[in-house]
Amino acid sequence: MRYAMVIDTLKCVGCSDCVVACQTENDVPIGYCRDWITETVNGAYPNIELELKSERCNHCENAPCVRCCPTGASHIVEGGIVLVTGDECIGCGACIESCPYDARYQHPDGYVDKCTFCHHRLEKGQLPACVSVCPTKCMYFGDLDNPNSEVSRLLKNRKWKTLAPEAGTKPQVYYLI
Amino acid sequence: MVTSRRKFIKISALGLGGLAATSTAYKLFASNPILDAAIKENIAKKFVRSATYCEVCFWKCAAWAYTDTNGDIKKIIGNETDPHCYGRLCPRGTGGVGMYNDDDRLKTPLIRTTINGEETFRKASWDEALDLIASKFKHIKNTYGAESFALLKHGSPGKHLEHLFKAYGSDTIAEPAYAQCRGAREAGFALTYGSWVGSPEPTDIRDTKCLVLIGSHIGENMHNSQVQEMSDAIDNGATIITVDPRFSTAASKSQHWLAIKPATDIALMLAWMNVLIEEELYDKDYVKKYTTGFDELKDHVLNFTPEWAYGITTIKPEEIRKTARKMAHASPSVIIHPGRHVSWYGDDTQRARAMAILNGLLGSWGRRGGFYFKESIKVPKFPHPDYPHPKWDWTDIGEKFPLAQMGITTEVIKCAIPSEDNKYPVKAMMVAGTNITKSIPEKKLLEEAMDNLEFMVVLDTMPMDVTGYADVVLPECTYLERYDGIRSATNREPSIAVRVPAVQPKYDSKPGWWVAKQIGERIGLGEYFKYDDYKEVIEWQLNKMGTSLEEMNKIGVKHFPRKSGPLYLDEDKNYEFPTESGKIELYSKELKNLGFDPLPVYTKHPEPPQGFYRLNYGRAPMHTFSRTANNPNLNDLKSENNLWVNPKVARIIGLKTGQSVWLRNQDKITSSFSIKVRVTERIRWDSVYMVHGFGHNNKKLTRAFGKGINDTQMISKVAIDPIMGGTGMRGNFVEILTEDPHKTIEI
Repeated sequence: MRYAMVIDTLKCVGCSDCVVACQTENDVPIGYCRDWITETVNGAYPNIELELKSERCNHCENAPCVRCCPTGASHIVEGGIVLVTGDECIGCGACIESCPYDARYQHPDGYVDKCTFCHHRLEKGQLPACVSVCPTKCMYFGDLDNPNSEVSRLLKNRKWKTLAPEAGTKPQVYYLI
Repeated sequence: MVTSRRKFIKISALGLGGLAATSTAYKLFASNPILDAAIKENIAKKFVRSATYCEVCFWKCAAWAYTDTNGDIKKIIGNETDPHCYGRLCPRGTGGVGMYNDDDRLKTPLIRTTINGEETFRKASWDEALDLIASKFKHIKNTYGAESFALLKHGSPGKHLEHLFKAYGSDTIAEPAYAQCRGAREAGFALTYGSWVGSPEPTDIRDTKCLVLIGSHIGENMHNSQVQEMSDAIDNGATIITVDPRFSTAASKSQHWLAIKPATDIALMLAWMNVLIEEELYDKDYVKKYTTGFDELKDHVLNFTPEWAYGITTIKPEEIRKTARKMAHASPSVIIHPGRHVSWYGDDTQRARAMAILNGLLGSWGRRGGFYFKESIKVPKFPHPDYPHPKWDWTDIGEKFPLAQMGITTEVIKCAIPSEDNKYPVKAMMVAGTNITKSIPEKKLLEEAMDNLEFMVVLDTMPMDVTGYADVVLPECTYLERYDGIRSATNREPSIAVRVPAVQPKYDSKPGWWVAKQIGERIGLGEYFKYDDYKEVIEWQLNKMGTSLEEMNKIGVKHFPRKSGPLYLDEDKNYEFPTESGKIELYSKELKNLGFDPLPVYTKHPEPPQGFYRLNYGRAPMHTFSRTANNPNLNDLKSENNLWVNPKVARIIGLKTGQSVWLRNQDKITSSFSIKVRVTERIRWDSVYMVHGFGHNNKKLTRAFGKGINDTQMISKVAIDPIMGGTGMRGNFVEILTEDPHKTIEI
């Protein structure tokens, strides 16, 4: 089992619904977020390119946040999902510094928080909240170990990229371009 | 400065004893550690779900509100069977919970009073506020006639109050959704096809092969099902052509972006018609069978070549030809999208006509991948006595605009200004669910009108700017806390959705239907409100429609079979369009008879003088009008607007991204607040752009106050559409001020 998220930048309109859906699903306090939108503009008028995409924890196979965690609060579970156990986290912030994607934040209650791929929903057979709500249906979620899964097929048939591949983290959020 | 009687009151600005004490009490509802602890346990908790439909915008997506065991709304999820959202709400719908949780909400009725010579609001009981309103209703009717009490409204609460006003004898009713928004398109398409485009637009985007967006920015406007279908169209490999002076989100998804010079769309469309006809690319069978006036159209566009349009639009002739051929290639699965907010330059009905004619040439109306024949189901009217006939109404007020099919807000507002020519004096006004100070241009005129009113009452959930002008402010509960009318969707197939309260109303807020009934009963109109709870009305209607509230609580949305015939034209049968001729009227005799151009003509519009830039405005996907700027969830996503400036302009003026600037328009109107610059290649050098709905004046909107610029404040010049009375708002020019023009900031 290797969970992965695939996001089609050709369809994303950057509406931020994924951000609000995550906030309400996971009780992320207002002012914080586990996912966010980036906008990149290239070129000069009128030859311009715009890329909008939804970003979050990349649930890296080689996760620096897990390696640097002094208490083991950051850990990897079945399917490759990187989680933080709030009770074990001392809020030292080492993981926040180590993440090349700036995907972690310190919750007002002290512990470090981030995207869980909606682990609690997956257990119930539901998709992550962001994927389930996206009005452009630009987000896909599934198992890369299954060659017939939608995510596997998309990565096989479409051009894609990952973020900061040079960091060597083996990120599991893929962007169709 | 002359002190106005109706001095704008920032609600509770004077901090009266009663109010100050109240606001302290309300802080109990703000987030605190106890709540935070509760939040952590939430995931494990059980939810109860209630059927609703969203009221954050006009799309009205059906949804489920999830409430936890404490009775708090935790999340709102789209109803999977709803054709408006297909189970996926937009950010505003998902963030609708913030509308309920916003602790800046209006909490009690407020009455204008004078203390120590200063006007302020005092807290009032519902009985006191309603008695006062009822006395004004009686006074206006006895003194001037019921017609002199006007209603400006929007959305669900507006419908309940419309019933009250009609029962009272006033049909002096209007909403900004017409003359400030989509009215011109409805007039233009009605002239051509005999029917309105309507809402949601019957655009068959999911099956289209070519989608043409002219200044319409799907994706930034989150018209939910359209955004979803555009995404489907992208998956299906559809060609998207976007005409916009700004590189919109939609433009970035397009194979062809025509970076048009603002205010020249009609020239481009005439050239497209020229190419389609000259190259014989139009749908000949369709044109022959279903349209009338083709020969006149052919003669008309003969000289409107792409070369002619190039000089006007700055779009290269080859690009015009190429895009026209793409449309023709996709025909009839092509959509020249009618747009939505189309009150731009005063010739907007004619621009809509040009779009309608193009669709006619391409044979897309009534065709798969073009426009489908929409259908809705009629919700039976809950019995009530007939409405009395007013001596005059909105049609008389708008009489000089022959094709106005709804009340024109700006004309109703002008009627509040006394003059000898004013045959229809408006003396009192109710404003419900619309923040007219941000939706109506020409602020000076609006303020003069409001100043002349004997009485003004505002119903809203939030202390919007408009509440500051009221004599009485009524706190409406949010859509999540009330029953409302049944939503009958106009779509591929008829369906209905219900709204039931997920929670009890917070604070001392009340539903719009309750307010209408309370006023009605106080002025002797009890016969029109024969129910204790609006639930009874819905139950009665649902039973008549063969369902029940019990069933609707379980399913939220119910579908009904089509009865009007097939979704698309049946090519083997004759089809009569609901026009005078029974055909699609490419050439409009109706316009000709009324003294207007029977075929669209390009008119040159004023251009910005040296040092000024055309002010364009639009939408951000996470906000609706000025309604959501203070919503904690949505404000968190975007708390202020920015001024988009082309790098060339930024170099000339010396602007940097993030720098605060002020604006001054052609009439020397200076923005109240500043706005942060965003230097971007996505905008032309002759225009600036901002998202509408920011720059709130009311300090009680603690998150939104003073954040960004209110574009409507800068719109002091309107170009009136002579056909339907729309107020064209894109002919305003601004200069960018880098120094604060306000010596002391007025708060």
